[in-house]
Amino acid sequence: MARMKFLCDANRCIDCNACVTACKNEHDVPWGIQRRRVVTLNDGNPGERSVSMACMHCTDAPCMAVCPVDCFYRTEDGVVLHSKDLCIGCGYCFYACPFGAPQYPRVGNFGSRGKMDKCTFCSGGPEPDSTEAEYVKYGRNRLAEGKLPLCAEMCSTKSLLAGDGEVIEKIYQERVAMRGYGSGMWGWKIAYGDTVAS
Amino acid sequence: MRQSVHAVRIMMVALTLVFVVGVDTAPAQQPSGSNPTALSVREDELLRKFGEVQGQITIPDEKLAMLEHPQGRDYRRFHERVLPWIGGIAIVGMIVALAAFYFVRGPIRYKRDEKSGRKILRFKVIERFTHWMTATSFIVLAITGLNYFFGKRLLLPLLGPDAFATWSHWAKYAHNFMAWPFMLGVLLMAVLWLRDNLPDRYDIEWLKAGGGFFGEGEPPAGRFNAGQKLIFWAVLLGGGLLSASGIVMLFPFWFTDIDGMQAAQYVHATMAVIMIAIIIAHIYIGTLGMQGAWDAMGSGEVDLAWASQHHRLWVDEQLAKSRRGPPVGGGSAPAPAE
Repeated sequence: MARMKFLCDANRCIDCNACVTACKNEHDVPWGIQRRRVVTLNDGNPGERSVSMACMHCTDAPCMAVCPVDCFYRTEDGVVLHSKDLCIGCGYCFYACPFGAPQYPRVGNFGSRGKMDKCTFCSGGPEPDSTEAEYVKYGRNRLAEGKLPLCAEMCSTKSLLAGDGEVIEKIYQERVAMRGYGSGMWGWKIAYGDTVAS
Repeated sequence: MRQSVHAVRIMMVALTLVFVVGVDTAPAQQPSGSNPTALSVREDELLRKFGEVQGQITIPDEKLAMLEHPQGRDYRRFHERVLPWIGGIAIVGMIVALAAFYFVRGPIRYKRDEKSGRKILRFKVIERFTHWMTATSFIVLAITGLNYFFGKRLLLPLLGPDAFATWSHWAKYAHNFMAWPFMLGVLLMAVLWLRDNLPDRYDIEWLKAGGGFFGEGEPPAGRFNAGQKLIFWAVLLGGGLLSASGIVMLFPFWFTDIDGMQAAQYVHATMAVIMIAIIIAHIYIGTLGMQGAWDAMGSGEVDLAWASQHHRLWVDEQLAKSRRGPPVGGGSAPAPAE
């Protein structure tokens, strides 16, 4: 069974935001919600790098641990999903998430955030696969169609990789060996444990 | 003419120099030019240096410029490990201690097991209203607040996921809106009772004697004894801290960033479980723990014998006043005590 992960090769990311656009379009993500975003580090200086970041689908997910209504669950592919029917919009998952992944439709004064929304690794939610009900709440279920997340599929420089963790890690490590440098597997140590090599 | 020849000569020399220097240094460089790694930011270095990775974004939501924030794991540790333990120990510990005290010592009774029959007004309507407004909102806040971390451990298995999520959804709104009567109550309490709760010379004696909880005699006290003053200050300061940290959370990211939001929860939740334990003790002494105490906040009038037993200085003061002015009141027609 695959263990799905994202990996962003920051030495290839050109900050074009195609991954962000692809995600928004594929899932009809509401205005203001960023399931994926590109963060530029050291902007304007030598050594500037950009990293595309979304939910990392952590092995021991902090969001899942702190949720007061236990609305999160993990799929067989290691993807962390949640139920919008159970979510109460308390905002704890955003406080616990190391990657700023959970998003809310509204600012949230007086606890009015609405139901949390985040990257689903293009694999929907608890509703039956590829149904209208699932699409409205969580977006397209590409995994059920045998496809990988669109953000990575669309990446023009193949900076963003999505798929089985072992496979994409191997691709990245081969690149590092070939070109002789890398800036690290962003977020992997935090998401998948301190034993991960950088 | 001579000048231009001179200029050309200088340029030739300069060009030759550039060429020679260029050829000389070229073999020392990398074949493919500069190595990007030398300049590139690296994740491990940034995390070591700053403990987080902060960048820049082109979208309006500024908090998303934080790329990696491992402190979320500390928040999780607090929320899932530390808080349930200190909460459980404080609350269960207090209940067990009070139960033990009740069964060993029993309630504090009227001294001679008889009432004088005369009543004295202890709390005015506005005081009782303030007390009960704060009390009811605190109880709602406490139950709905505990639900945030004990709910899934205790209630979820009983109710099932759907019913528990519905309850938690409304509990969240109750928590957010009952916060306002609570904060108003704390403010009113400060206005009404601050003066009578300033420390005085009797407090030390009262505390030294254990407030009459253990021995027979109870040291003299004014309108509020040292124990009540402690409750007052706990409510004022604890409630103030709860209010301040609560407002930060009611308006997320208005006042502070992600670190501040996490800190607000640490303060709020820790203070909350301490306050719940303190208020459980307060409820005990006002109901089961002391005969006659309930009347003070119930009808507002207490028996004169009870008042003399627990607040002798205050009673003396009131009686002295009434001798000068209108009577303190007897039975059915009480006069204001102040």
